[in-house]
Amino acid sequence: MSSTETGRPSGRPDPVLELRDVSKSFGAVQALFEVDFSVSHGEVVALVGDNGAGKSTLIKCIAGIYPIDGGEVLFEGKPVHIGGPKSAAALGIEVVYQDLALADNLDVVQNMFLGREETTGVLHTLNETDMEKRASETLASLSVTTIRSVRQLVASLSGGQRQSVAVAKAVMWNSKVVILDEPTAALGVAQTRQVLDLVKRLRDQGLAVVLVSHNLHDVFEVADTITVIRLGQNVARFARGQVTQTQVVEAITAGKLAKVPGQEEVPA
Amino acid sequence: MSATAPAPTDPTAAAVAGVPEGDSVADHVRAWWTGVRGGDFGSLPIVVGLVIIAVIFQTQNSNFLTAGNFVNLVVQAAAITTIAMGIVFVLLLGEIDLSVGFVSGVGGVIAALLTLQGGAWEWAGFPAIVVALLAGLAIGTLHGLLITKLGIPSFVVTLAGLLAWNGAVLLLIGSRGTVVIQSKLIVNLANGFISEGVAWLLLVACVVIYAGGLLWQRMQRRKADLPSDPPAVLAARVALIAIIGAVVIYVMNKDRGVPYILIVLAVLYIAWTHVLTRTTFGRHVYAVGGNKEAARRAGINVDRIYIACFAICSMMATFGGVVLASRLSSVDTGAGGGTILLYSIAAAVIGGTSLFGGRGNIKSAVLGALVIASIDNGLGLLGLSSGTKFVITGLVLLAAVTVDSLSRRGLESSGRG
Repeated sequence: MSSTETGRPSGRPDPVLELRDVSKSFGAVQALFEVDFSVSHGEVVALVGDNGAGKSTLIKCIAGIYPIDGGEVLFEGKPVHIGGPKSAAALGIEVVYQDLALADNLDVVQNMFLGREETTGVLHTLNETDMEKRASETLASLSVTTIRSVRQLVASLSGGQRQSVAVAKAVMWNSKVVILDEPTAALGVAQTRQVLDLVKRLRDQGLAVVLVSHNLHDVFEVADTITVIRLGQNVARFARGQVTQTQVVEAITAGKLAKVPGQEEVPA
Repeated sequence: MSATAPAPTDPTAAAVAGVPEGDSVADHVRAWWTGVRGGDFGSLPIVVGLVIIAVIFQTQNSNFLTAGNFVNLVVQAAAITTIAMGIVFVLLLGEIDLSVGFVSGVGGVIAALLTLQGGAWEWAGFPAIVVALLAGLAIGTLHGLLITKLGIPSFVVTLAGLLAWNGAVLLLIGSRGTVVIQSKLIVNLANGFISEGVAWLLLVACVVIYAGGLLWQRMQRRKADLPSDPPAVLAARVALIAIIGAVVIYVMNKDRGVPYILIVLAVLYIAWTHVLTRTTFGRHVYAVGGNKEAARRAGINVDRIYIACFAICSMMATFGGVVLASRLSSVDTGAGGGTILLYSIAAAVIGGTSLFGGRGNIKSAVLGALVIASIDNGLGLLGLSSGTKFVITGLVLLAAVTVDSLSRRGLESSGRG
């Protein structure tokens, strides 16, 4: 279905996560139609598309927030069923959402361990010491040095710091796939720089990174592969070196669709 | 949150070197003061408020600050404190429970009827209280299920509860009018006193355990190379607890002694504070109140947290009802009515638990209830009418919510909101 399958980068390893013919509809609205998608270890795949193209729906399907209607998901070559956020996390898929999904009233450590708190003793009291130590170590391993204290409330952090915390939260769990939803959308120049460096560091650590973004400048800076979706369908998949921004913009706005909405038959 | 912590400055302790020591005492005080200026008032306004209240009433009527009245005050505040502790859980979610008044009535009536001599059951006091608590648990679970599974706003569900449980109280009491509590255990709950020696022993045990806990925590943190509070700050915290406890016990022993209910309240305070601050469940309650969507995406079962919080709230309400019944030694058709509901919610809010969710603690229920009971008690001593009482309590509530709003605005403008 893809019109411009420009070929995978040579020697591309087997994908960690692969989606085949995934469809999803909300009532009468077909949000995704037979979408293919894949990402490998040590690869940054950018997922681009216009507003409403289905980028967020796609990642929410991967994250287990929406169940898929059709198609299959393969993780490390094996078909898997992602029944909820917990089962996605169990596979090693972590999502950093656009709105960050951090609780402002909790501190950095509490946020990083949210939903996966470590406990100790017979009373299962929270093991704050351990959590604080691990959180600090993770932040240090990602060279996040701008956060003064891991015990400060997330409310007091800047946009870039929040993004760093959210990313650190995602990679702390031996995750294999990290999905970043518009990580630079609300950031200034310096903070965008921080986040892009962070993305590169994730790739260098061998993680599979999915970057959802509107900002083609960012995409061209860090992505190895660019997947374009339009109106819920795949329209193109490019290797970075073999494409110009203009071609990508063209695919985003006028990529050829396999199925034109409104012209399909009414399903029985 | 730790406005009780500011330690008297001790410059010698600041110089302790070695493993990462965190902040010095001076830093602590400075950080606390920056927090206050930034809008993080902690318990400061309420402590100031209590002092003002005490001064005003004492100058008007010299009976206010007497040992006898202090014991009365604590017993009067007990029921509201208990109910307010439960309310804190619901407020932390950013929800409200309007049914706690009459749910407390249901609790009191159940305990009274089950222990009625010559009645159908004639239960002992303890199992009767357990049944009342279980009834509360069931009521709260029902509220929680309606709110989460049917998606009805908590305001509406508990408003319906307010009417329905009022009806339940009337139906349970039937034609009896007033039921006198006959279980000695239940009556003693609010009217019995422990011996002087036991009271001191309990205080010593509490202080030792608290100090031990702090020390152990400090050792763990130092072992993990994490910054820890300087010993002077820890010592000040322990000393504060010890001094407050000692003063309370000393004063009470000059009159009738320490009432059982104070011990019960202390246990509830410690237990629920532990639950909120040291358990996964408590952490999730704050998370859901702070950002429901974030909590859901973190894999937290938001519905279960909701149901649990409403269940805890109603259970604490029924226990509050038992405490109230105990104090009055009877229940009647008016059980759970009157000011109980509003005083309980007001107590939690005055104490500093935010109505907007995510911010608050059990301490706020205790301090808020103390303020409300003091006003009620003091105005009673002055012989003022209920009308005046309500107006003044209303103004205090307004002041507390204003402080909350200002605090939020301050936190936002200082980037901490």
